[in-house]
Amino acid sequence: MSQILKVDNINVYYGAIHAIKGVSLEVNEGEIVTLIGSNGAGKSTTLKAISNLLHTKTGSIEFNGEKLTHIPPHKIVEMGLAHVPEGRRIFLQMTVQENLDMGAYTQSGKYFDEDLEKVYEQFPRLKERRKQIAGTLSGGEQQMLAMGRALMSRPKLLMLDEPSMGLAPILVEQIFDIIKDLHKKGTTILLVEQNAQMALSVADRAYVMETGKITLSGTGKELASSDSVIKAYLGG
Amino acid sequence: MEFFSHLISGISLGSVYAIIALGYTMVYGIAKMLNFAHGDVIMVGGYISLLAMTSLGLPTWAAILLAMVVCTILGVIIEGLAYKPLRSAPSLAVLITAIGVSYFLQNAALLVWGANPKAYTPIIKGSVPHLNISYTSLLTICVCIVIMIALTLFTNKSKMGKAMRACSEDKPAAQLMGINVNRTISLTFAIGSALAAIAGVLLCSFSPVLAPTTGSMPGIKAFTAAVFGGIGSIPGAFLGGIFIGIIESLAKAYISTQLANSVVFAVLIIVLLVRPAGLLGKYVPEKV
Repeated sequence: MSQILKVDNINVYYGAIHAIKGVSLEVNEGEIVTLIGSNGAGKSTTLKAISNLLHTKTGSIEFNGEKLTHIPPHKIVEMGLAHVPEGRRIFLQMTVQENLDMGAYTQSGKYFDEDLEKVYEQFPRLKERRKQIAGTLSGGEQQMLAMGRALMSRPKLLMLDEPSMGLAPILVEQIFDIIKDLHKKGTTILLVEQNAQMALSVADRAYVMETGKITLSGTGKELASSDSVIKAYLGG
Repeated sequence: MEFFSHLISGISLGSVYAIIALGYTMVYGIAKMLNFAHGDVIMVGGYISLLAMTSLGLPTWAAILLAMVVCTILGVIIEGLAYKPLRSAPSLAVLITAIGVSYFLQNAALLVWGANPKAYTPIIKGSVPHLNISYTSLLTICVCIVIMIALTLFTNKSKMGKAMRACSEDKPAAQLMGINVNRTISLTFAIGSALAAIAGVLLCSFSPVLAPTTGSMPGIKAFTAAVFGGIGSIPGAFLGGIFIGIIESLAKAYISTQLANSVVFAVLIIVLLVRPAGLLGKYVPEKV
């Protein structure tokens, strides 16, 4: 398995606050890797640093062997790294179809129809609502749109930030089924979640984050049965 | 018949406001800032077109084109030098900077072109036989309609136009789509400034006097029009501009020339009391 993402000892600051303290992690091609931890542990910050929405003070981030630290966010998307941000951040005033158009912004248009067909196949609900203003979709549909939009950029790595946030349990399961399905179809995924149980159940490998540091790592199964993880995150 | 001609002249004055208001509203929509120097770009457009026609002896169309090119470059330079460094600064700092740029442009014009008003040659002369409607009025209305249609198509259908809307809604998310936000903002300033040049030519053809302060009052009224229609909304700018033009023209005809501006601003206050977001201000239902 070849390595697709390598985060090496990065430090990120919010003003004077040291938010990420020497975090290292790796994602190999074809894997689902999850980053779990409680609210405020620095999970989303790590993803933002990878996308370069936040400046990484020290340390290095490599994607497919290329250093990302000085590449502006819009170029990173072109390289094949898609980031579905926390809170979905779909364009609420645009239609579903227009949101997907924006997802394909970096593409030449050559595969547009084919990709659109795939996204609509994966998310039939979006197809039904393609002319609807995205702000009128339900939370679950908005999450699907955010994921579909990211897929339109033909990513080599898909980063999902809290896809289950604010969703009813039945929808959470549906979203995780989709994540499993995407993985089965060959998409490499870096998943940030507070819902540790669900995340560990789908992940090949996992990292646990606490106050800006990685405190534990291992396979999804190992961590799901680790005492400290059970106590802290699985309500054991 | 007299009412009709006042109405037409109001609509054509309003068309000029609408073209200017588009610049305000598009820039506000994407950069969330009020570019108070926008009115002065109109003035620069007026001078450039006048000089091109008189000193350089260029044909009218070439003069307008030159004014558009100069204003576009000016708009992009203003954005790059004055506003871009303040991207993450508090909005008051940006507002004050914009006012500063406005004064800078006015005084630069004073230095270069002098304080004496210059006579502007209207780009077309004459009026419709038997009606008190000038050809300039008709041309202005046509130009405004063409611009509206073109801009609406651009923002709804083209990739860049959609990217512009995406940026105006959520910049970090737009970046995650691979959109170059800075370049998109520059493009918005470029479009707004090119429109300002057209507005400058039309405005000066209406009231053929050009001075360094020529752009400021129409600029403020167009800003009013943008707010009136719902700032950030392109159809709103159009509607607001036309309304303000009609109100001003009718107030001049039937109330008092001196009070016309007061009437315009009084109507604005009333509209904002009833509809704080303006006529077409958007409230998008949002489910979570």
